[in-house]
Amino acid sequence: MDVTLNVRRFDPESESPESRFQEYNLEVEDYFTVLDALIKVREEVDGSLALRCSCRASICGSCSMRVNGHAKLVCKTKVRDVANAQNQVTVEPMGNLPVVKDLVSDMKPFWDRVRAVKPYLQPEGEEPEAEYLAPNETMLHLAGVMSCIMCGACVSDCTAIEVDQRFLGPAALAKAYRFVGDPRDDADRSRLQMYSQPGGIWDCTRCMECVQVCPKGVAPMDRIMGLRDMAIEAGFSNNNGARHTEAFTDSIKHSGRLDELKLPLRTFGVFNVQAMMGLSLVGLRAFLRGKTPPIIHKAIPGKDKVRRLFDKVEGKR
Amino acid sequence: MKYAFFPGCVSRGGCPELYPAAVKVCERLGLELEVMEGAACTGAGVLQEKNQLLGDALNARTFAMAEDMGLPIMTICSTCQGTMSQAHKRMADDPAYMAEINEVLAEEGLEYKGEVVVKHLLWILVEDLGLDTLKTFITTPLQGLRMAPFYGCYIIRPTGALGFDEHPEREDSLERVIETLGAESVEYAGKTRCCGFPILTINERNSVSMVANHTLEAKGLGADAMVTPCPLCHLNLDGFQPKAASMRKTSIDLPILHLPQVLGLAMGMDAKSMGLNKHIISAKKLLSSVALSA
Repeated sequence: MDVTLNVRRFDPESESPESRFQEYNLEVEDYFTVLDALIKVREEVDGSLALRCSCRASICGSCSMRVNGHAKLVCKTKVRDVANAQNQVTVEPMGNLPVVKDLVSDMKPFWDRVRAVKPYLQPEGEEPEAEYLAPNETMLHLAGVMSCIMCGACVSDCTAIEVDQRFLGPAALAKAYRFVGDPRDDADRSRLQMYSQPGGIWDCTRCMECVQVCPKGVAPMDRIMGLRDMAIEAGFSNNNGARHTEAFTDSIKHSGRLDELKLPLRTFGVFNVQAMMGLSLVGLRAFLRGKTPPIIHKAIPGKDKVRRLFDKVEGKR
Repeated sequence: MKYAFFPGCVSRGGCPELYPAAVKVCERLGLELEVMEGAACTGAGVLQEKNQLLGDALNARTFAMAEDMGLPIMTICSTCQGTMSQAHKRMADDPAYMAEINEVLAEEGLEYKGEVVVKHLLWILVEDLGLDTLKTFITTPLQGLRMAPFYGCYIIRPTGALGFDEHPEREDSLERVIETLGAESVEYAGKTRCCGFPILTINERNSVSMVANHTLEAKGLGADAMVTPCPLCHLNLDGFQPKAASMRKTSIDLPILHLPQVLGLAMGMDAKSMGLNKHIISAKKLLSSVALSA
């Protein structure tokens, strides 16, 4: 088939180093991946096109790029699956990371985040004579998260990093989960405390971009939710995120539905003057428009049944 | 076409204009609704981060109630839809998990058989009613208006739980509805991003930055308004737009409309009855352009 690759180019050494799109028209085989097509461009059309790849078999994690706006391993992405009706495909470097040249991203901010979560075992007690052993069944639940190949796709499309580079982000926090869940690691408490700081687990928006784009099914966001639960259970709940989750849960338990007026009060604490003033301003604007929840919170009919369901499930833990 | 109507908390809470607008629009379209008054909140993904089994059991309870009514569920909130779709998928994928949940439901005499259908009004328009039929209801085409679609994360990701494989038309359903109403759909990167609402009380700066990015991008591309099937997105994009504007030291002034409100406008329904006077960002200018084109 004939396709048009619309590739974002950037050369920091050019006279006007601004990114621009360049179109390449080429013929590709039906089995071609986007990577095959890009390599064909580099070898036959334009040798100046920079891209990064190695294994070409979705193992090494080198070739993450944005295809039609979303991060993908281009070696795992068939041209025919992503070409639009006009047989066009748009290829750009990953988002949220600096660009070295064309489709090559600078992975330093990615690795800095991974290092920040202390991605190594921290065992305590006497050292064993040989290696630290863990029974198979205690590691099975980590098989999914250990499939991460550090390709950066999740970081590329993370909506929280997009507005705040300080966020540890999905890959690093999935890695963090892997160590909290490892029976050989004894630093769970200090880890959970560290991950509960600003820029950590509570800054995730739960947008599921990382779950969607991960080529290995790691589902980083689900790991972040796991860490939130473990952090609350470990007592690291003196923050807005944990208070919000607790207040939300209580509200459903007691009335079957969300009490939208009480939720922010419990999240911030009524004595948080600055937050309360900010809230009152937004609240006043809404009130003047008649856009406020009922002052008296109304429970759903049969709220007792919901409470019994809560008691039964919570009793199972 | 009859549905068990799951309105969600926000359509009668923080966005009290949504519930009546949805009910009136459905009535006009001949979609019969039976409200699920005894159904609990979906947990919105928040409850699930604390205890997934609990969240899924609550939703299975709602599913069992709909099965007893013999009706598919209609939602009017992307977050409700996504949370229910995810619960539905987890139980469909794991019969043992579903059995564990049914054990919890048994106490109330309920059983979830795994047959429920849960659809957002947006999907109902495209899949059940059909866009050709929708067109026959349009009396005031929104010609000349540029509308920016804003989906809300939960109705667009993860595609595996949302049935996009069987229903690929769900991917651009909002654009197609906007076009069916006679308006032009604005294409922009922000349409499938996060509105920031889930972290509003946790990291307001980041949350409001998201509002600023998406509204400014759409506005820059000439959008007259934004349309969303998610009341949570609406709360942030509308309610915190003034803050977003002052954060960026600019004016934005982009009205954010609920999906049923836009449908109502195109069907010639009264703006006030659609609750269009209740938004923080006034829709007045937009309404006068609709009147002009009528």
